[in-house]
Amino acid sequence: MAKRYEYWNKEMELKNRKELDEIQTKRLRAIVKYCYEKVPFYNKRFKEIGLHPDDIKTKEDIVKIPITKKQDLRDNYPFGMFAVPLTEIVRIHASSGTTGKPTVVGYTKNDIETWTELMARTIMAPNVTKEDIVQNAYGYGLFTGGLGFHYGAERIGATVIPISGGNTERQILIMQDFKSTVLTCTPSYSLFIAEYMKNQDIDIESLSLRVGIFGAEPWSDSLRKKIEDALHIDAIDIYGLSELCGPGVSVECPEKAGLHIWEDHFIPEIINPETSEQLGEDEQGALVFTTLTKEGIPLLRYLTNDISILNYEKCNCGRWHARMKKVIGRADDMLIVRGINVFPSEVEYQLMKIPGVSENYQIIVDRDILDILTIRVEVTPEYFSDKISDMEALKDKIEKHLKANLQIHANVEFAAPGSIERSIGKAKRVIDLRKDKI
Amino acid sequence: MVRQLSVFLPNKPGILAIFTELLGKNSINIRALTVADTADYGILRIIVDDPTKCLNVLKEANYLVSETEVIAVEVEDKPGALHQIAKLMGDNGINIEYIYSTLKAGAAVILIRVNKPEKALELLKKESFKVLGDEIYKI
Repeated sequence: MAKRYEYWNKEMELKNRKELDEIQTKRLRAIVKYCYEKVPFYNKRFKEIGLHPDDIKTKEDIVKIPITKKQDLRDNYPFGMFAVPLTEIVRIHASSGTTGKPTVVGYTKNDIETWTELMARTIMAPNVTKEDIVQNAYGYGLFTGGLGFHYGAERIGATVIPISGGNTERQILIMQDFKSTVLTCTPSYSLFIAEYMKNQDIDIESLSLRVGIFGAEPWSDSLRKKIEDALHIDAIDIYGLSELCGPGVSVECPEKAGLHIWEDHFIPEIINPETSEQLGEDEQGALVFTTLTKEGIPLLRYLTNDISILNYEKCNCGRWHARMKKVIGRADDMLIVRGINVFPSEVEYQLMKIPGVSENYQIIVDRDILDILTIRVEVTPEYFSDKISDMEALKDKIEKHLKANLQIHANVEFAAPGSIERSIGKAKRVIDLRKDKI
Repeated sequence: MVRQLSVFLPNKPGILAIFTELLGKNSINIRALTVADTADYGILRIIVDDPTKCLNVLKEANYLVSETEVIAVEVEDKPGALHQIAKLMGDNGINIEYIYSTLKAGAAVILIRVNKPEKALELLKKESFKVLGDEIYKI
């Protein structure tokens, strides 16, 4: 049976590679000129290295432009990177920065329109349509998740329930009574809901959910399977960051084979996070984006620190828009344990493959003389045994599996059910105790 | 065979007190108990007067708990009594995975988990050991 693929903007979504390249080249030249003329930060930076907008003629010339980093936004806090006066800004959002000052972004009227268009495409790509009832459990507020989904889902004509995050009991009641078909929230919150239902003996069949669109934190394919099995849905990954617009930068189509980046609005690149050198297709590195149409806060070669791989092949869904591999981790989340690079998401991916390990786990790094990596896991009830030998065999199996697949020794500890903190927002799965000991 | 409950308890101060308080509050009486411990956790194995109720109480309180059947044998409370059972199992190639005991008036009760429970039961009965059933919940 042929798969169904929905498109919000078929014309733009089905542009071929050559057409996309042409659009990008034209828009790149315009945005570079715009940044040079309107943003003092870029004007100064271009002049410092003797670069002029006219030097950017083709897409390949993009490497001449210096990388923009999050620190640049912090240095220009709050509005220094804006290209227009505040009179032209109709909305402010800010990142959920847990350390230091938030990253502030501003939208012009056109920016809100573009973002809405991109979110409409994004929500429709996994075949969500006006027939659907979207329960939007992303937080509403300074965080872009809530309003981004809200506007996009309304644009496609879906029925939006702006419930925002939290209050799980109420979420489930609304899902049951309003027959929500789509759930949008963080992947960890979807698991939290699933677990809550299990503990309360609420039948999953009492829900009408069929699709979940989950983002705002990296999650592995094995976690996807757990969520899909627990909630009986298709779990779709979405990507975005407030600096670029919020959600709506990329999303998976029903193929679930990478997230399509809306290339008529963004140029993606992969760079080596240490040398900033541009890497080729299929090479793993840090994602960098240039915004092509933003007016409020245009960004050139903005470093996300999200680790991924780009693929430019045409997808089965018909789209040529480049696909980024599900984010593997963050360059700045990467743990270096005894000299070995460890991505928490890779640890998760490996843990979820082992029967008996629940989705609740915690990675703890401490230092004695050497670094000590400890993984605390909650064991699922089916695998709990009255015999220490069985339990120790499971522990040994987990340790051996991690050693074989991550080349690192981790001590596994079993934790009591519910003792590892559950998350409603972004998951706090990594505790690095070394920071206090340096 | 009698019903034994095994409970996962982290190896930390105060954890057992929280557990025993819960049982006390629900008027559950412990007939026998043993703990197998490791550095980070222990498995508490108990025989209680009302296993069904206890299982529900523990599940409700989100404990990791499993039910296993073990063999309960009543022996005289005198030297050499345990040896007879251990020898019987050993001579017949049955492995004792764990063993513990409790006392009742004038007698001892040995609780054993073995790798071949049916064979063990058959041997014990053949040798006229007093194998206990539901009466253990009332001792």
